[in-house]
Amino acid sequence: MDQQNGNHKKYGMVIDLDKCTGCGACMVACMAENNVPFREDDTDKLLSVSWMRIYRLGNRKPFPQVEECYLPRPCQQCEGHAGHSPCVSVCPATATDYDMHTGIVSQISTRCFGCRYCMAACPYHVRQFNWWDPMWPDGMERMLNPNVSVRMRGVVEKCSFCFHRYQLATDKAYLEGRRELDEGEYQTACTQACPAGAILFGDLNNPAHAVHQIAQPDSAHGGRPRNPKAFRLLERLGTNPKVYYLSSKEWVRKAGDNQVQRTEQTPKA
Amino acid sequence: MDSALIPKGVKRCSIGQFALWIAVVGAVLLWGVWAMLLCYFKGLNQTNMNNAYGFALWIWADLAVIALGGGAFFTGLLRYIFGKDELKHIINYAVLIGFICYSSALLILAIDVGQPLRAWFIFWHANVHSMLTEVAFCLTLYFGVLTIEYVPLVFENRQIDRVPFFHNLTHNMHGIMALFAATGAFLSFFHQGSLGGVSGVLYGRPFGFRTGLLIWPWTFFLYTWSAAAAGPCFTLFITRITEMATGKKLVKDNVVELLAKIAGWMLSTYIVAKIIDTVYWAAVTAPAMGLTLMDFYSNNPGSVYGLWILIAEVVVCGVLPAVMLVAPRIRSNPGLRFIAVTLAAIGVCLNRWVMVLQMQAAPVLPFEGWFTYMPSWQEIATTILPVAYGVILISLSYRYLPIFPQEPELNPIEGGK
Repeated sequence: MDQQNGNHKKYGMVIDLDKCTGCGACMVACMAENNVPFREDDTDKLLSVSWMRIYRLGNRKPFPQVEECYLPRPCQQCEGHAGHSPCVSVCPATATDYDMHTGIVSQISTRCFGCRYCMAACPYHVRQFNWWDPMWPDGMERMLNPNVSVRMRGVVEKCSFCFHRYQLATDKAYLEGRRELDEGEYQTACTQACPAGAILFGDLNNPAHAVHQIAQPDSAHGGRPRNPKAFRLLERLGTNPKVYYLSSKEWVRKAGDNQVQRTEQTPKA
Repeated sequence: MDSALIPKGVKRCSIGQFALWIAVVGAVLLWGVWAMLLCYFKGLNQTNMNNAYGFALWIWADLAVIALGGGAFFTGLLRYIFGKDELKHIINYAVLIGFICYSSALLILAIDVGQPLRAWFIFWHANVHSMLTEVAFCLTLYFGVLTIEYVPLVFENRQIDRVPFFHNLTHNMHGIMALFAATGAFLSFFHQGSLGGVSGVLYGRPFGFRTGLLIWPWTFFLYTWSAAAAGPCFTLFITRITEMATGKKLVKDNVVELLAKIAGWMLSTYIVAKIIDTVYWAAVTAPAMGLTLMDFYSNNPGSVYGLWILIAEVVVCGVLPAVMLVAPRIRSNPGLRFIAVTLAAIGVCLNRWVMVLQMQAAPVLPFEGWFTYMPSWQEIATTILPVAYGVILISLSYRYLPIFPQEPELNPIEGGK
């Protein structure tokens, strides 16, 4: 069994970019599931909170060779080296933590005091700040998910791989006398919402899980994918992320990392 | 009206003139306080920071004032530990400037955090791996040291000094000041360094990331070094500005030249180390992360971050003032010396600017572009706030405390009052 950290899990994602249509269902599901606040005018995406964001990439070639690709970007849940992910090691108040049991980077919003050092540390821009008090339209507060705390103004938040679902699933398994979860018992909201089935979620350490079989992470080389179609964002930085992307197109795979000579730049979505 | 409070042997402007001056600067201060209150009550949406620019003008201001305030620890080190006795004539002012710089940094940090009421979490839930934790502990402790160094000066006010308790306390504190100078130098080494580590450890940000020694990136040492070089330059810069404002010579040339000479050699050695660091980063560190030097200096809106900024920092505000301060003939010319110390102070500010702002502006994800940022008026006002506070504290200290021991000798008063 190809495992790291003893019997510990390493939850991760495989996102098939050939299947993603950029519909945004994952973003909507994520916001609803995690009580992500929004504003009446949320057009400035650098000020809004969105745990899952979709980028539009282009090959910048003239018609008819023009191609586009949509890239959903949740928190990459970086492991870095031995759990020193870029954001975890910099937080001065230990308000974010790398969980060795699941490989998930937590965010303790009641401990965060809003210094935003983690935002400066994260190259993926997955960490976002609550610039305003969270407000929901009248009546909508009754639709909030009771399993996820809402966050207050002045703290940072980010994707947690729907960690509350993991807690619920493990609670249920314990009550049933089990210590292991089935693959389907713990799935993120974005995974379940994707109509194209582009997002797969599971334990990268478990050879029985689809994510392991598809990404084929090489634990001897920092989790690098063995699957030639798979890549991770900014592999060269050593962030050791747990989100793998699949694409049959070389230009998409190359767009995932800096290639010393930057040949193309596309506007952000 | 307040003549009983003014030190003996010096002349000061009338209380009316002084009050008018304080009122003008006080108005600027109130403007900053208003902006600060807006940030406290309405939140950081009053700024132009965003999710790509979590660190912005305020963090730059923090890093810059702490570097500029480095004159206090380094002059103290030279005076009390290395025995450069002449510097006793400027150490008071270096301490006062340091006190203002560090209290300003703490004030700005208190505005900058999203949940100010939780600011104490940095001590309570301290993460020993975080450079900011080291900054918070050392900075707070060193501010305590600076307060201990500044308080005897306050007690030397004519009226306070008449109280035997304060007179004796001041005397005794001066007796053990070498201990505090050494403590200050020790703490400064770590917090100046850890401020350098703030960007240096960010391995997700190739512009700021540096390799290093053990747990410390090279920026750790470069920041301490540059603060020891530019801090005294800033002390000399403010001293000259004060001389211009008061129309008096306040410190003798031999004292100024000695500090300028030492700062010049510090700056020279620093800039050599900085150039080596830049070359190694451009040739080895950044390419290993998939980026070339020009990725950081091209294709940005309006070429705000062109190569010019690197040349301005390293050559115009680094090599040039270093050469000027090391060359005796240039250093002894007051005008050229002033230009040199000004350039050195600008250089360290530019360095802190790029390591905070350009680091975040430069895209890391290949499919993202450069991020732009322009501070809001609230950010500008709250950054000017400590400047106004500093001017007021300097004005009060200059008027009522014997900040410049050589002033009576350099500016004898007719009648010998």
